[in-house]
Amino acid sequence: MEPVSPPLRCFSDSHQSELFKDDGVQTVTSAEQRKVERSIQDVLNVYQQIHSLPQPTLLRDQHYQYLKKGLRNLSDAYECLDASRPWLCYWILHSLELLEEAVPAAVVSDVCQFLARCQSPTGGFAGGPGQHAHLAPTYAAVNALCILGTEEAYNVINREKLLDFLYSVKQPDGSFVMHVGGEVDVRSAYCAASVASLTNIITPTLFEGTHNWILSCQNWEGGLGGMPGLEAHGGYTFCGTAALVILGKEHMLDLKALLRWVTSRQMRFEGGFQGRCNKLVDGCYSFWQAGLLPLLHRALFKDGDVTLSLSSWMFEQQALQEYILLCCQNPAGGLLDKPGKSRDFYHTCYCLSGLSVAQHFGNQDLHHELVLGKEENRLVRLFEFPSSPVCSFFPRMYQTIDLAAPTHPVYNICPEKVAQAIQHFHQLPIPAQKGATACAEDQS
Amino acid sequence: MSSVEEIEELPNSVSDAVEEERAISDNVEGEADMEDDEPQRGGGYLFYRNRREWADLEPVPQDDGPNPVVKIAYSDRFTDVYDYFRALLKNDEKSERAFALTAEAIDLNAANYTVWHYRRVLLQALEKDLREEMKYISAIIEDQPKNYQVWHHRRMVVEWLNDPSEELQFIAEILSQDAKNYHAWQHRQWVIQTFNLWDGELEYVEELLEEDVRNNSAWNQRHFVITHTSTYSSPEVLEREVQYSIKQIKKAPHNESAWNYLKGILQPGGLSSYPGLLEQVEELQESFSSPYLLGFMVDFFEDTLETNNTKCNQTETLNKAMELCELLAQEKDTIRREYWRYVARSLQSKYGSGEIPSPKGTVQIFN
Repeated sequence: MEPVSPPLRCFSDSHQSELFKDDGVQTVTSAEQRKVERSIQDVLNVYQQIHSLPQPTLLRDQHYQYLKKGLRNLSDAYECLDASRPWLCYWILHSLELLEEAVPAAVVSDVCQFLARCQSPTGGFAGGPGQHAHLAPTYAAVNALCILGTEEAYNVINREKLLDFLYSVKQPDGSFVMHVGGEVDVRSAYCAASVASLTNIITPTLFEGTHNWILSCQNWEGGLGGMPGLEAHGGYTFCGTAALVILGKEHMLDLKALLRWVTSRQMRFEGGFQGRCNKLVDGCYSFWQAGLLPLLHRALFKDGDVTLSLSSWMFEQQALQEYILLCCQNPAGGLLDKPGKSRDFYHTCYCLSGLSVAQHFGNQDLHHELVLGKEENRLVRLFEFPSSPVCSFFPRMYQTIDLAAPTHPVYNICPEKVAQAIQHFHQLPIPAQKGATACAEDQS
Repeated sequence: MSSVEEIEELPNSVSDAVEEERAISDNVEGEADMEDDEPQRGGGYLFYRNRREWADLEPVPQDDGPNPVVKIAYSDRFTDVYDYFRALLKNDEKSERAFALTAEAIDLNAANYTVWHYRRVLLQALEKDLREEMKYISAIIEDQPKNYQVWHHRRMVVEWLNDPSEELQFIAEILSQDAKNYHAWQHRQWVIQTFNLWDGELEYVEELLEEDVRNNSAWNQRHFVITHTSTYSSPEVLEREVQYSIKQIKKAPHNESAWNYLKGILQPGGLSSYPGLLEQVEELQESFSSPYLLGFMVDFFEDTLETNNTKCNQTETLNKAMELCELLAQEKDTIRREYWRYVARSLQSKYGSGEIPSPKGTVQIFN
């Protein structure tokens, strides 16, 4: 006899009362919101008709086939991502690790060799062979290599040149441009902090001023914008917060305001998260937004907060799982933004990452799970709750069941891989600060 | 439109333009049968490899290695153009034909920042007409307004020209199609700040809020303008803004943006320090209640407790706050149940007398 799963929130009697109230004042915002709610309702109605006993299922096999194929071949629809190929590697590899699907050794080696071809002779990684280095594919490539985790993978990274590259995009005000001659926004700080901390190339001056610049991105809403002055946005908020965690400065944020902002981004009807106030739900925010809650939990805990929950994050974990499983899966494999949208590897990665966050709560000594639907829906645990972002990833006892070790949502790769990478690179010396005085004025 | 409505952030271009992902097994819509072997397509298009004026240049195929991964099935045209782009890059060629080719490369993938960079190098080396470039970039942005590179390129050209005169109108045009385009707002803030074009912006914001009072980007811009001009430190300005917010709240009490703005402008000075605020909000409770109003009251009470306003009975205030938290958790804002319960525990712990409430799940030992 299968265990009965908890009643689904989206089929409860009171769910209808969560529909958007437009107060009789229709605007573009309310019209769009209602459209989405209607389409969600349609999905839920169909689901209820087909399944007498709703048991949302993660379509593991279908996703696996979709990912396996994509890791090798992509249609010409992906021409628009020709300058983001390390991203494709990362999105797919991370999705596979969340599903606990192994990557054959030959493929591992092929990915290493491909990413090596994406590495720029002047340091950092580019969107494809022969292109210029850029912080975003650099982040993706390093993460992908850490997921692979072989000696070959680690050795692909030229750490000395990577450091040069980071210095070449560093700005006097503490920020980073995304590439030489490129734009500044808070993503760059995250990308830089992530790769530098994983590969152990942080010098005393590399992040001078960076934390202050990031802090200036927190605005009147409580979240962070892409740059000072801009609207608070989930993606940028995640990047800024995670970067600050890496730099050990997250306590300098107004954590309460940030907490209020991010918890307010969960949609009462859909269950998923929006990226900005008064905008629409999107599956990828399952990670960018929901992934903030573990970070904040940890930050508040470090600050001495004794009133934090010991069993759940401060968002509705079940509702998010329902949204992802019922509304964001393509039956042929892959996940997506919202019903009616096409699947893609970006959404597959971040929907699954968010699903993992929603399934697992982790503390130093506690681990609590809330897996919606079948047992097989459970994903690899993404987050644990260590006392420090770096050193506590060394072997630690967890009362895990049959899960892989947790991951740090700062990096969004599984924690075993983080620990392994850090262990590897911390045995190597930090490269000398060659380009310490260079800063990237636009050279075009 | 794009399959990813809002993703302009990570990564560089994301799946923003992946309209339909046509897996190899799916049906490919709308494409007529293509004869791959034809040297030219209909309409007189000639591959670069067949153009005499390009015969001197050896195309450079992409070095994906012997066992490629994430291999994209590029169209013939794409391969051809980029093989020649790589050749130009390799030779560092600075010519008109190179410049023309960058436009084609961009047309095929406007997210290729390497091509954009090269185009900028050429713009300067060839001393191209930047006014013409403005027309070009305007057209591209109209077509692909959610791309990082196009906006950055426009910014560079405006900087070189040192002429922002077209910007506000252009951005307004783009915003008229999508009033929340993040890149557009970013560019707008940059223009205004760099060239000191604050005049009229508050009026523009009000226009947008008239059209859609729920446009959070417009509310943000409002905050941006005031912060950098009059600031909120003047009591007259603050009062004006508070009244403006309340007016908008009354029009649509379930508009979260208006409530967030009201809180955002008052919090620095302390919600409970603003005279008459509680009364105004309690008045709203009759006919304009919403979870946002209740949340605002919690914030208000919290601030009262924080500032230890001796006019108020701390215990009573705490109880009122706790009651509201429970009401929100149980009934009015259940999606945020965990959060409101945490707020209640925090308040109790900080301002309550007696034992620290333990969150459900035992264990009081924290290393």
